[in-house]
Order: sequence, then C-alpha cells, then structure tokens
Amino acid sequence: MSLTTPPRSSGPSGSSGSSGPTEAEIAGRVARAARAGVRRRVLVTLALVAAVLVVAVLSLTTGEVALTVPELVGALSPDGDVFARYVLLDLRLPRLAMAAEVGALLALAGALFQSVLRNPLASPDIIGISQGATVGAVTALLVLGWGGLAVAGCAALGGLVVAAANLLLGWRNGFSSYRFVLTGIGLAFVATSVVGYLLTRSDVREAQSALVWMAGSVSGADPAGVRHLGLVLVVLLPVGALLARGLGLLEMGDDTAATLGVRPTLLRVAALVTGVVAAAAAVSVAGPVSFVALTAPPIARRLLGDGRVGLVPTVLVGVVVATAADFVAGHVVPGQVSVPLGVVTGLLGGPYLVWLLATTSPDRRSR
Amino acid sequence: MTLVAHDLGLAYDRRQVVEGLDLTVPEGRVTVVIGANGCGKSTLLRGLARLLRPSHGSVTLDGEELWSISPRRLARMVGLLPQQPVAPEGITVADLVGRGRYPHQGVFQRWGDDDRAVVAHALAVTGTADLAERRVEELSGGQRQRVWIAMALAQEPRILLLDEPTTYLDIAHQVEVLDLLADLNRERGTTIVMVLHDLNLAARYADHLVVMREGRIVHEGAPEKVLDAGSVREAFGLEAMVVPDPVTGGPLVVPLSKAHPTAQAVDASAGKEG
Repeated sequence: MSLTTPPRSSGPSGSSGSSGPTEAEIAGRVARAARAGVRRRVLVTLALVAAVLVVAVLSLTTGEVALTVPELVGALSPDGDVFARYVLLDLRLPRLAMAAEVGALLALAGALFQSVLRNPLASPDIIGISQGATVGAVTALLVLGWGGLAVAGCAALGGLVVAAANLLLGWRNGFSSYRFVLTGIGLAFVATSVVGYLLTRSDVREAQSALVWMAGSVSGADPAGVRHLGLVLVVLLPVGALLARGLGLLEMGDDTAATLGVRPTLLRVAALVTGVVAAAAAVSVAGPVSFVALTAPPIARRLLGDGRVGLVPTVLVGVVVATAADFVAGHVVPGQVSVPLGVVTGLLGGPYLVWLLATTSPDRRSR
Repeated sequence: MTLVAHDLGLAYDRRQVVEGLDLTVPEGRVTVVIGANGCGKSTLLRGLARLLRPSHGSVTLDGEELWSISPRRLARMVGLLPQQPVAPEGITVADLVGRGRYPHQGVFQRWGDDDRAVVAHALAVTGTADLAERRVEELSGGQRQRVWIAMALAQEPRILLLDEPTTYLDIAHQVEVLDLLADLNRERGTTIVMVLHDLNLAARYADHLVVMREGRIVHEGAPEKVLDAGSVREAFGLEAMVVPDPVTGGPLVVPLSKAHPTAQAVDASAGKEG
C-alpha cells in the first residue's frame, strides 16, 4: 500500500515526463477530469430535459384547438376552462405521456440490448421481440376477437416467447451475442410470416384494425394505459440503473469484467430480461414503434462522448425522439387522419440504419 | 495468500487442455509460465482466475475453494490482465483505471477520496498520469499496456495474473513493462504470475519458472535450474544452446536453426572455449 517511489523513467517512453507531478497533483487532476465529465453529463441531461419540455409544450398547444401557453397553464388548474381542460387532459396529455413512456421504455430496452450484446444492431425491433409481440396482438385481435388490455397482454406474451425461444435456441456452451442477434433476425422473419398468414385469412375490416395496431400508434392513448406503462417504468428504471455500472464493465469483455467481480452470465440474463420486459410493455400498448430503441442509445452516447452507458440521457433521448416523432405524425405530416407514430420513426430510423451500416467497421464491437 | 492448483483439469467443450496439474504459486514472488503455443498456459491462468470451472480437481486460495468465493471478494484478492483487453469506445484513461475500483465499492456507495488516491497512485506508478484525460484508443501500444496495468493496480489485488503482458510491444517497452511489474512485486509484495513467450525475459524476471507441455507442468523451479537445452527441447521441440546471460549470469537461450548449420558449430565451439 505504501509504494511511494516514482516510476522508473528508464524506459525510452518514460518521455511522458512521469516524474513531474506528485500524487496529490495527479489526484487533483483525476478529480478535475471527473468533475468535467459530471459537468458535461449534467449539461447534456439539462439540454435533453429542455428539449422534452419544448416538445411537450408544442404538442399540448398545437392542434385543431390551438391553445396559448397561458391558456395551457390555466387549463391545468381545476377551475380552468372546461373545454380546454377536456382537450388537454383527456386528449393531448395522455397521448403525450404515452409517447414519452413508450420512448423511455424502448430507449431503456435498446440501451440494455446494445450494451449486453455489444452490437449496435441489437434492438427489439430487429431481433424479433417487436415481431413476436405483433404475432401476439394480431392473434388476440383476429383469432380470439379480443380487444383492449387483452391485446396488450398477448403482445407482451408474444415478445417474451420469442426472446425465450431465442435464448433456448442460441444457448450452446454458453451465450453468444452474435448468435443471439442472428437467431433473433431469423425469428423476426418467422413471426412476420405468421402475421402475414393471420392477416390474409381474416376479414378485411378486422384486418384493418390489426394493421392500425401494427403501424405503432399512441393516438388511442387512455389514462389506464398511461398508468400501466408508468408502473412498468417505475419498476424497470431503477433495475436498469442498478445494472448499468456492471454493464459498463461487461463492455471490456467477459474476462475483464469477471476478474473485477461481475458475474457476466447472471448480469447478461438480468439485463436481457429487463430489456425484453421493457420492449414488450411498450410494444404491447403502442404497437411496434420502430427504430426508437435502435437510435436512442447511440445518440446519447455521442452526446456524452465518454464511452459510458448513460442511462438517464439515453432514456431522455428516447422520450424526445418518440414525442417529437408523434408531434410530427400528428401535426406535420399531411392527411385527414393522424399518421401513426411508428410511420414517422420508421421514416427517420431507416436512413439512420443505412448510415450505421455504412459507417460501422467490422471491428471488435461487432463480436 | 497462497494460490494452489490440485490435480487440476481444464477443458473447453470436450477438449481437455490442462490435465492433472499441480502447482503452488510461490507467495510474494514472480512466477513465469512458458511453453509452446497451445500448451495450456493461458488456460491455466483462466483456471487460476476463476474464469474457467475445473473439469477435474480444484484451485484453492488460502485453502478456500476458488468457486466458493464470491466474485467481488475474489476480485479484491486476485486480478487478471487478459491478453487482449478491450477498452470501451471513447473511455478516458482515468475512467478506465477507475474501473479497477469496482470490487471495492458497494452498490450504492460510489467514489471516495481513498478510491481517487488509489487511482492517482496507480497512474503515478505506471507513468500514465499525463495521459489521465486522454482517450484510451488514442494511445500507443506501450502506453495502453501501462494503462491496463494501472487498472489492475487500482484493483489492489494480492495476486496479479497477466497473460502475455508484453505481446505487441517492442523490446524497449517489453523491458519497461516487466521492470514495472518487478517493482510492484518487490515494493508491494504482490504475487505475480505471468505467461511470457520470450524465454530470455522469462528467465530474467522469474523467481519461479514453470515449463508447460501439452497441458502439464514438465519442469518448475528457479530459472537457472530449469532452463537448459533439454527442457527447451522437451517443451518446444527446439534445439538450442543455453549460455550465461552476460547481464544477469542467468540462463540465456540461443536457438539453433537449420539455415545456419555452420554458425551452430562456430557458436558451439565458442561456447566451450568461454
């Protein structure tokens, strides 16, 4: 513990002047660097919160009934204008809240998957979880003739079944992230085929309702759904935060992580289960909203720029992307009916995926 | 703190890599493991670090079965630097070295002044303090290796295992890294076990030399007792002369080669005269 001699600067690369600063100075420097990192983190987080607020105000005030900001504030108080209160609390707020929750859950799922699988392609809409949820929902709608919460339950079940099948099929002498992603892509195709079969053999009007669900939309948001997703978030966010630090170590490879005291397999399974539940919950309520899970983590990573899994910034990016996309879907894209959220995220995310594939080198990260 | 392998067997799938291996790692000394490619050196390190479950036999730390120790507690006692560690994209040197503190921190208790002091110390000892704010991917191979060793130091293990810590380094950096480890061993008493490919550096830095062949230890002991033409032939299938190292007086392995039959004869006679 008391190794106080300075390093030997006998080597030719001792040119880094290592004999200069004392340990106290170095400690000060380390602390300063850490503070700079924290400062950037806080700044990014505050900027994202500001972006969330801007989108929220835009979404709440824009529409067929335009509200000014004072009207918006007035409508929030119990003795506000009844009509404004109806528009705000029954129509716009649930939709905004649900878009935000869906964005947060998908971003959480994406962050967990990408970190655990060390693969920027690992996202619930690519590795079959969204497709599995779609099979569940479409089965509930078309085969069983169910509606409402039962559809959400079946969707969640479908997503979980695909993830479990993936783990069982891919587990050979331990876990391989490469196999997990490829098996997931395969299962996604199988699920898509099943959905196609269910759609073609069903009545056109019923199929229409399934298609609306499949596009991924929060326009039918109701307070009950908002509450359910809120509950899921309250449980999963702390779990994600607990896992995040270990996941950061896992990025250095299983061996290094294990020698630092992490149990790689246990941590990986816990993170995958958390991610699957988050994705399945989001998809079960809103349908397969694509690309939010894929894009939020790398955007947050780039904003932070220090190679860490920033869970809070990632979730906030997810919220911004989803609520902004829903705003665009509801107010910017022309058409008599509001365009589903999933259509907009797909339009934004597709080019992103192309860019990602074009710029990612087949290096160590794609293991 | 004594690390002991008892009749140890290690296997990947059904392929047995290490078999019936007994080893007591000398406490507070530098042990170097040598042997041909694929003889099970790295696998042995993985077994000693609890990364691979024994297919047979056991590894104990102070008499306690390695697999009954919690990963976090073990991480405070035994560290391992893999052959090719992976740094997360964009991470700074200070951050990476700081990760060595993980096993010392609780779930909710995070950074303390003592953590910072240990990290600063690790940076100072490895001569990487000036790199603290740099990104790991910007560093040269030699700098990067010193940063990884700094991380292992920040972990403060009593026993440090290193898998070929000098690979990809030029000769000057190899010596520098090994000097650093020798200092660490001498001044802090950290037990060091490392795999090395260079026999002459192995002989120079080892207190205890372990020669492996086909998953077993064929010789072990002080380098000057263990390293001779016979053991080099046995472990590597290489004909070599072993002469006194002009710097340390220890063994120096000079390989013979088919392409230089005359040089062999000249050297052999020179060796006799000397």
